[in-house]
Amino acid sequence: MAEMNLIQAVNDALRVEMRRDPRVVVLGEDVGRFGGVFQVTVGLREEFGADRCIDTPLAESGIVGAAIGMALYGLRPVAEIQFGDYIYPAYDQIVNELAKIRYRSGGEYAAPVVIRTPIGGGIKGGHYHSQSPEALFTHIPGLTVVCPSNPIDAKGLLASAIRGEDPVIFMEPKRYYHKSRADVPEGEYTIPIGEAKVVRSGSQVTILTWSAMVHTALEAAQKGEAEGLDLEVVDLRTLVPFDEAAILASVKKTGRVVIVHEAPRTSGFGAELAATIAEKAILHLEAPILRVTGFDTPFPYTLEHEYLPDADRILDAVGRVLSF
Amino acid sequence: MSATEREAAELHEKSRLPEKAELAKYYHQMLAIRRMEEALAKAYALRKFGGFLHLYIGQEAVAVGALATLKPEDYVIATYREHAHAYAKGMTAKSIIAELFGKATGCSQGLGGSMHLFDASKNFLGGYGIVGGHIPLAAGTAFASKYRGDGRVTLCFFGDGSVPQGAFHEGVALAALWRLPVVFICENNLYSMGTPLYRSLSVSDVSQKALAYGMARDRFDGEDVVRVRDRVAEAVRRARNESLPTLIEIRTYRFRGHSMSDAGLYRTKEEVEESKKRDPITFGRELLVRAKMDEKDIVAIEDQVTAEIEEAVKFADESPELAYERLAEFTYKE
Ligand SMILES: Cc1ncc(C[n+]2csc(CCOP(=O)(O)OP(=O)(O)O)c2C)c(N)n1
Ligand SMILES: [Mg+2]
Repeated sequence: MAEMNLIQAVNDALRVEMRRDPRVVVLGEDVGRFGGVFQVTVGLREEFGADRCIDTPLAESGIVGAAIGMALYGLRPVAEIQFGDYIYPAYDQIVNELAKIRYRSGGEYAAPVVIRTPIGGGIKGGHYHSQSPEALFTHIPGLTVVCPSNPIDAKGLLASAIRGEDPVIFMEPKRYYHKSRADVPEGEYTIPIGEAKVVRSGSQVTILTWSAMVHTALEAAQKGEAEGLDLEVVDLRTLVPFDEAAILASVKKTGRVVIVHEAPRTSGFGAELAATIAEKAILHLEAPILRVTGFDTPFPYTLEHEYLPDADRILDAVGRVLSF
Repeated sequence: MSATEREAAELHEKSRLPEKAELAKYYHQMLAIRRMEEALAKAYALRKFGGFLHLYIGQEAVAVGALATLKPEDYVIATYREHAHAYAKGMTAKSIIAELFGKATGCSQGLGGSMHLFDASKNFLGGYGIVGGHIPLAAGTAFASKYRGDGRVTLCFFGDGSVPQGAFHEGVALAALWRLPVVFICENNLYSMGTPLYRSLSVSDVSQKALAYGMARDRFDGEDVVRVRDRVAEAVRRARNESLPTLIEIRTYRFRGHSMSDAGLYRTKEEVEESKKRDPITFGRELLVRAKMDEKDIVAIEDQVTAEIEEAVKFADESPELAYERLAEFTYKE
C-alpha cells in the first residue's frame, strides 16, 4: 500500500500496465514532456520512451481516430483528452467508429481503446472546463463507461479497462484529483468493471451516485447522521454496465431512493436508474424516486456552487422521500 | 546608399507613417490592454476570481494593428485569449474586467468569464474556448455579409494550435470555396500550451495552408503595430472589394504562461527574455518618439491609461454580484 491521490493512482495504473504489456501506449496533448495538464502522465515518457508516451498535436478527432487504428492493429492505446469538454470534436470517431467496429465487422475487428478524461465542475472553470458528459456515452451501445470517485477505484478500474477487449470511456473527477487520497495497493491491481460499491451502509434511504458526487453524498450522510438519519450511499463506479443487482438489493432494503449526479437532469443517467428501479422494484418503494442534479443550463461560471448539488440539497430530497 | 536615395527612403518612410494621432491611439490601446491584463493577473492572485486566465501580454500589436483596419460594422471573432480583441473592438475595460469578476455589469452579464467576452453592439462575436471551434463560424458570418451584400468583413483570430484541428480546415475550405469576405489571422506565438510549433505541425509556415485552398496568404512578424495594420489592410481590402478570403500568419510571442497555472518548463528563461526585446509596447512608444511627439504628451497617455484601468477595477469591484435568479435565464429565450 502507498498513499496516493487520484492523479498518482492513475499514473501508477498506467505505469504498471505499461510495464506489464508492451502493447500499451499513451497518447494525447502534452502527455509526454509536459506530463499532462494535470500531471497524470508524469514520468511515462522518461520510463517508456516517446514511442509509448506520445505527444500529439491539438486534434481530438485525430487522437481518437489514430487510437482506433492502433487498436485494430493490436496495440492497447490509452488516449487522454485534456478535459471532458474537449471530447466533442472526437465524438464522431467515438460514436460511429470506436463503438461500432466490433459489431459492424461481425467480430472480425475490435478496438480496445481507453479514453481517459477529467470531468466535472467545482474548479471555477466555467463553461468549457466543467461539464459532465457521461450520459452522452452511456447511450452508445458498444461503449463501456467508468466513473471512479477515488484513487483505489481509479487504479483498479483503469487497469481492468486497459486489459479489457472493448472500448472504455474512463472519466476522472477532476475536483478530487488532489483532494481524494487513499492507501492504494501497489503493483498489479484490478477491480472488475461493472461492480458498484456500498460506500456507507444505512437502512433508511439509498443514495445512488458516482464520480465527484460520491463525496458530496457521503458528506450529506454524515450530516444526516447528526440529525438521526441512517443513509446508505452506493458508488456506482461503472455506469455501463451498471450493477443492477447491487442497486436493487439496496433499494429493497431501504425502499427509498435519491439519485445524485452533477450533470443536467434531463436525460441524465439518473433517469436510466430510476426507470430500471421502477421496472424491477416498484413494489418495494415507499416513496417516489427523487433526483438531485445539476440544472438544465450550460455549466455556469459565476453561479457554479448554486448549480452543483450539495449536502443540503441532498438532505432536502432525503427529507422528502422520508416524509412522503 | 547615396544621399538622394537616403532622402527618398526617408521620405517614403515618412509618407508611410500615419498621423501622430493614429499612433497615439494605437499606443493608448496597446498600453491599456497591457495594464488591464496586469491588473487582471493581480486580481487573480488575490483570488478575486478563479478559473482560467489566458493573458495576451506580448502580442498586443497584433490585435490593435489588425482591428485598426476595420469599420465598426465589421465582425471580429477570437479565441479564449481575447481580452485584447474585445478592447480594441471598442469594448470598455470596465465591462471586460467586470465580466472576469463574474459581476452583473460584465459584458456577458457575468455569466461567461474570461473566455466569453461578447458585445453585439460592437460586432464582437466573442471568445471561444474550444480550440479551432470558432473558425467555421467566421465562414458563416462572412457568408451572411455576402448574402446581404452589406460589405462587412469578418476578422477571425486563432492560435497556431488550431491549425491541426479539423474545424480549421473545414472553415477555411468553405471560405475559399464560397469566396467569402473573411480574413483568417493565425497568431503564431510558437507554442500551443507546452507544445512547440515543430511538434505540432509538419510544415512550420502556417500560411502555406492557404495554397491548398487557392487562397491569398501573407506572413510577417507582429511586434510593429503599423506593419500589422498595413498588411492586414491589404487583406481587408481584398475581402471588402473582391469578396475573397486571406490566410495571414503573424509571428508573435506570449511573454506570460499559457494560463496562470503554467510553470513554463517547456521554454527557457533566455528565450522569453530575448523575446521581450521585441516588446510591441516599447516599439509603439518609439514610434511616437520618432513621430516627434513630446515626452510629456506620451506620459499624459500613460497617466490616462493608468487612471482608466484603476477606475475599471474599482467599477468591477463595486459592481453587484450576479443574482442566483439569473442562473437559467439565457438557456432559452424566456
Ligand atoms: C478542442 C480543445 N482541445 C484542447 C484544448 C486545451 N487547450 C486550450 S488552449 C490550448 C493550446 C492552444 O494553443 P494555440 O492555438 O497556439 O493558442 P495560444 O494559446 O498559443 O494563444 C489547448 C491545448 C481546448 N481548449 N480545446
Ligand atoms: Mg500558440
